Amino acid sequence: MYRTDLAGTRHSFPDLKALMAAATPFRSGDQLAGLGAASAETRIAARYGLADLPLTIFLEDLLIPYEDDEVTRLIVDTHDRAAFARISHLTVGAFREWLLSNETDGPRLSAIAPGVTPEMAAAVCKLMRNQDLIAVARKITVRSAFRTTLGEPGRLAVRLQPNHATDDPRGVAASILDGLMLGCGDAVIGVNPATDSLATARTLLELIEDLRLRLEIPTQSCVLTHVTNTLELIELGAPVDLTFQSIAGTEAANRGFGVDLALLREAHDATLTLGRNPRGDNVMYFETGQGSALSAGAHRGVDQQTLEARAYAVARPFRPLLVNTVVGFIGPEYLYDGKQITRAGLEDHFCGKLMGLPMGVDVCYTNHAAADQDDMDDLLTLLGVAGVNFVMGVPGADDVMLNYQSTSFHDALYLREVLGLRPAPEFEAWLEGAGLMDGCGRMVEVGASGGAHRLLLEHLDRG
Amino acid sequence: MADIPARDAFQALRQATPARVGLGRAGQGLPTAPMLAFQLAHARARDAVHAPLDVARLRDALAGEPLEVHSAAGDRAAYLMDPDLGRRVGRDSPTLPRSEYDLAIVVADGLSALAVHSHAAAVVAALGARLTGWRIAPVVIARLGRVAIGDPIGAALGARLVVVLIGERPGLSAADSLGAYITFDPKPGRRDNERNCVSNIREPSGLSRDQAADKIAWLLTEARRLGFTGVELKDREVASQLKDQAAIRASQSRNTPST
Repeated sequence: MYRTDLAGTRHSFPDLKALMAAATPFRSGDQLAGLGAASAETRIAARYGLADLPLTIFLEDLLIPYEDDEVTRLIVDTHDRAAFARISHLTVGAFREWLLSNETDGPRLSAIAPGVTPEMAAAVCKLMRNQDLIAVARKITVRSAFRTTLGEPGRLAVRLQPNHATDDPRGVAASILDGLMLGCGDAVIGVNPATDSLATARTLLELIEDLRLRLEIPTQSCVLTHVTNTLELIELGAPVDLTFQSIAGTEAANRGFGVDLALLREAHDATLTLGRNPRGDNVMYFETGQGSALSAGAHRGVDQQTLEARAYAVARPFRPLLVNTVVGFIGPEYLYDGKQITRAGLEDHFCGKLMGLPMGVDVCYTNHAAADQDDMDDLLTLLGVAGVNFVMGVPGADDVMLNYQSTSFHDALYLREVLGLRPAPEFEAWLEGAGLMDGCGRMVEVGASGGAHRLLLEHLDRG
Repeated sequence: MADIPARDAFQALRQATPARVGLGRAGQGLPTAPMLAFQLAHARARDAVHAPLDVARLRDALAGEPLEVHSAAGDRAAYLMDPDLGRRVGRDSPTLPRSEYDLAIVVADGLSALAVHSHAAAVVAALGARLTGWRIAPVVIARLGRVAIGDPIGAALGARLVVVLIGERPGLSAADSLGAYITFDPKPGRRDNERNCVSNIREPSGLSRDQAADKIAWLLTEARRLGFTGVELKDREVASQLKDQAAIRASQSRNTPST
């Protein structure tokens, strides 16, 4: 039982997960799960209570029992006590101040990352305002590398997402070309296939591989299919750069995705064996998103923001190239409107970075959520300030296969322009060399004689 | 090729995909025309999500005497916030007449009343014409319903099978797409993998009403013969060469909350 006394009123919370849920900023998913605070005052009472708890409590009072859940076992068994020692004396409230402190710089934050459990990250996140989430995340650099180097300060990479409703290779190629001409594709060229077909996935991988080699583009490719399909593609000898999988924060929710930690390890090992990453061992691409555990009936009474941080604990041992929180995809029953989506995007980016992960965000919404492009502009800008590693680039922000709205190639150009951000260094050099980028770092318009025009014509020549 | 203007080269890109490619630029941003085109598509989708079902119009379009129920969702906002409400029949709904039916047909607004207004009555009629000899219950109109509301309705009617025709979540390219979900032995608690789905029913660019009725009738007939619906029936469906746009849409690599 956790209690807070506020001006003569006693607020009681039956356990730690109830306290954390009550302390979470209002969102529809926690209400749906029956976990949200009963009143606005109760929410703040929970925050007072949370602020006074020592960080060590999250190592003792486990939200989901060790015996029941392999994600909990992973968190406990891999906890880095030496890294944690630097912050082990702090309460959650004092941890917030330590994170914001001017003495706490990027290297110090990176040093504690292995000692931060998802529950600690989630707890302090609930005490932080949006500006705190931005200010701290901005101090943290998380680099990862394949053919491009991602996460450098001052850089913003883009996943080029050329989805097509029937996986038509010509259609996918048209979207890729459009994205390249607008300076996108340095994080990955990654297609969500419309079907589970292995043959189609292989065709798409070979299409991107051919483009990449022919145009000498320094980037990596991915077909975002189930990990078991990717394992088969590896067996078949398809050109697999990255293995993709959606993951969540409980063992049961991961089972809903058809995965467990053993399967992820098998896929990680198989992908490493291919030896296609010239710069190291970052060969995994994970996607997450608040609400996925609840939608699978596997939330175990834990609030969706804390479960999201636990998904990052699942990702962490695999040293991924990319972790992408698909923040508004799941619908209004989990994140109702632009305000909730904005908050969740900043929380996820902060928690992931605090735990040492190379975070990107799919800034997005569906048509039944109360959000529009203005909300996406706001969140995109905030994440740019916060130092997000990568965002999505979808033609015109309209994904014609998944039927939702994300950010566009133009949006990425806007963000780079207003914040002075540049593409990944290797990709930037390619853009310049191909005549796609001018001397000022801006993309050349498709016109008389630029590289974009040449790229288009060459594509047409090949039919 | 070398002197093809950029304009025409862009045109070739656009012809290769319905995605919004080759939009041009104003600085780093969008030119005004494609910006407004996007806003129009989104506005139509938003209007479709929030449009109320016109029950009187639907009654007129349907043959016979349809019954009417309301889900447990009090209004559209509650419906969007809590999907479970849309899966249950509201307490003030009339009692449904129980009998020995082969099939119950439920028409629910779902996330697009526009889709229901546009296609539901035609699909019901086309389906009736293909199911001669079937004992079909009176059509039930379910306001603020989700797919699973067919389970308690089918159970109350005593139907062996239920098909729920429901407005799908509007995308920017189409706000009037109808889906059909078929469940054998409907009763509360059925899981989504125990159903079969025919989606993207819209004209002229989706699955036509007649094509949809063909597929639904095939699934119903097979389900009645085999005694189940779900994943295994879907495999047989794919194997039976009934391949079209709807089947392609069925699987996605991302987690989508259940409808």
